[in-house]
Amino acid sequence: MTMIVQSEVKKRTSSGVHQKLLAFASLIIMLVFFSLASSNFLQTSNIIGILQATSVNGVLAVGVTLVIITGGIDLSVGTLMTFTAVIAGVVLTYLGMPLLFGIVAAIGAGAFCGFISGTLVARMKVPPFIATLGMMLILKGTSLVISGTKPIYFNNTPGFSQISTGSLIGQVFPFLPIPNGVLILFVVATVVAFILNRTALGRYTFALGSNEEAARLSGVDTDFWKICVYSLSGGICGVAGLIIASRLNSAQPALGLGYELDAIAAVVIGGTSLAGGRGSILGTIIGAFIMSVLLNGLRIMSVAQEWQTIVTGLIIILAVYADMVRRQRT
Amino acid sequence: MVELIRLESIDKHFPGVHALKSVSFDLQTGEVHALMGENGAGKSTLMKVLSGILQPDGGTIRVAGNDVTIPSPHAAQALGIGMIHQELALMNDLTVAQNIFIGREPRKRFWRLDEDALNEAAREIFSAMNVSIDPRAEVRTLSVAQQQMVEIAKSLSHKSRVLVMDEPTAALNDREVHELFTIIARLKSEGVGIVYISHKMDEIKRISDRVTVMRDGAYVGTVSASETPISKIISMMVGRELDNTQADIPDLSGAPVALEVRGLSRGKEVQNVSFSLKAGEILGFAGLMGAGRTEVARLIFGADRRDAGEIIVHGKKAAIASPKDAVSAGIGYLSEDRKHLGLALGLDLAANVGLPNLGRFSNGIGVIDDAKLGSIARDYIKQLGIRTPSERQEVRLLSGGNQQKVVLAKWLLRNCDILIFDEPTRGIDIGAKSEIYRLMQALAQQGKAIIVISSELPEVLRLSHRIAVMCEGRLTGILPGGRETTQEEIMHLATQRRVEIGGEAA
Repeated sequence: MTMIVQSEVKKRTSSGVHQKLLAFASLIIMLVFFSLASSNFLQTSNIIGILQATSVNGVLAVGVTLVIITGGIDLSVGTLMTFTAVIAGVVLTYLGMPLLFGIVAAIGAGAFCGFISGTLVARMKVPPFIATLGMMLILKGTSLVISGTKPIYFNNTPGFSQISTGSLIGQVFPFLPIPNGVLILFVVATVVAFILNRTALGRYTFALGSNEEAARLSGVDTDFWKICVYSLSGGICGVAGLIIASRLNSAQPALGLGYELDAIAAVVIGGTSLAGGRGSILGTIIGAFIMSVLLNGLRIMSVAQEWQTIVTGLIIILAVYADMVRRQRT
Repeated sequence: MVELIRLESIDKHFPGVHALKSVSFDLQTGEVHALMGENGAGKSTLMKVLSGILQPDGGTIRVAGNDVTIPSPHAAQALGIGMIHQELALMNDLTVAQNIFIGREPRKRFWRLDEDALNEAAREIFSAMNVSIDPRAEVRTLSVAQQQMVEIAKSLSHKSRVLVMDEPTAALNDREVHELFTIIARLKSEGVGIVYISHKMDEIKRISDRVTVMRDGAYVGTVSASETPISKIISMMVGRELDNTQADIPDLSGAPVALEVRGLSRGKEVQNVSFSLKAGEILGFAGLMGAGRTEVARLIFGADRRDAGEIIVHGKKAAIASPKDAVSAGIGYLSEDRKHLGLALGLDLAANVGLPNLGRFSNGIGVIDDAKLGSIARDYIKQLGIRTPSERQEVRLLSGGNQQKVVLAKWLLRNCDILIFDEPTRGIDIGAKSEIYRLMQALAQQGKAIIVISSELPEVLRLSHRIAVMCEGRLTGILPGGRETTQEEIMHLATQRRVEIGGEAA
């Protein structure tokens, strides 16, 4: 029996690449547009500002990409990020422990909260939207309680601000003062892309979103792997918490709400399907850059804050609509 | 021959149903043991117990002489029991090879999966099966037949000693069936035991050694396949001599044409389909899974957009672009999947009946006249014999057959005189089935034009005045109903492919 499917396969892959090219092209067009529209746009300080802004949202978006590929959603990433920053503040400033302990505590706390969300979703069958909505509120409240609603400053830990604002690359190549936050974003993205495409965890992440029942019937411990995904995503939120706390040199307990929607927007613009089963880290990174370039560019062109928000909303809808149109055609 | 499996006195209860009543079953090495019975007889439930998906309430399972419990599909695999499901259980977004080895991917250092080894292993399995499917193809790009082959490859890759096949040929053409049987024969010679679930008598005769028959959740008997005549097996299945009722074909020469379809097309799914349907006529649609029958119904009903084609209702061209247009043209569609598409399960019976008709039950500002709706609903409960405590019963609490009647009431109230039934008796027990049949026949006598889409040939033969057969999106023929047509003729048209799969995809 000859069943040849190569030709169809080629069509598929090209359409997947096509989609990323489309997002990438939009990013380039935006960059060109804003540099022509404003001479301030390409200045080093502005570029670094964009990179700084992308590092936080980008890391969060990478984490939430994993959850979305399983067919779930994580609304708690914003307040979880803040919670991990507060934990770092407690360990470093209140307890006066060395820097490394603060880093481990923040990432560990993130992973632990992710583990709880994952357990709620996988073992207790609470819908992801509800489980993480609950976690979002719980973490917001807990951050305020622990910190006594006041910011925690990291003045006793001199190296802390270097996590985000220092530049290892700049020390080696003085003409490239890329902040460490961005370096961390690319390290996190590379590691997660490796996990997603090369390891069993990644394979099962796609399998869960594609057909969870089929994976279960094939003998995959779907609950276990789902909890792993949420835990990993939570740990990544811890990284984001360290970056933002380092940049502000403080843990701001009231911050965080709203970050989850920016992260989900970046994921969606990057072409990951909210229905699960499909998505990529590269797409998410491009999506995160599109978001921050857009906001920065509008700000530099003195577009009022309210209008920036409206444009962002329109871009999200447009990106997903373009993806739907493309998908229906294939 | 050595005993591979022995199921003894297996019991299984579901809420309200005694699904397995002390059923016993055994399987030897190198044997194909057919498991037969009507829909709902408990075959699939029994096999789900064997493959760890369901836990029995009582009884013992012995594998290779040892008493075991099989708490999960994973445990079943570890015992060498593989199952090919009726509803294909594949992950569309993953590649063929990734699907085959899901859960036991070969590893390299640093937690990496060995993708090359994966693809190579898949290629080896396919070449042993004499099938050429690209291991790197995404499963969503494959045809149903190819996906079936992937399922089989998956089971083979487990080196299973026991293979359960649940209607494996439902979507295959003759040549593919032949290939499958070659594979089965080779597995047999290697000592694998195969449980083969099928409704097709000729297949059972061709490949199986023993036949076990189940009926209404109970074990009926086990006979030798070669020595037992088909009629005996059938009478074991139905528990009575075969009911030979065929459709009474009414004389419709004077009846007006209610619906005419010309050149209906949508992509590859539906290609240039034309037919006509008279008032009072029941037109059956037969074909294999994925032949495009439901797609035709959805186009007529306006649920999908058609690329080309005309729909003529009572001699007038109908501009149907949405289900709303179809309903106002008098077309009602009783979908295949009642639970998802046909009913609001959380609402009560009256609300469901009223749903497409609310305009008629509400006053000027849109407030619904509940009393009027309730009394109409009670009329239909009586007329259609819906078994429910009251018209206020939530629909999800009704049985499948009664849910089907609620959908029907909904369309009758809307004055639909063209009714499309898509798999009207799927998941309905035997008693309720014949009631639905009688209801459809009565509706036809009242002058309604009826289309019945069914995958069960006996059902098509019993109901249809004429039978339209589809294959791969094309209408391959329209046969007369009644005694003149045999199942074989229908199957011939249903597998009449224009080109072989290879040619089409290339």
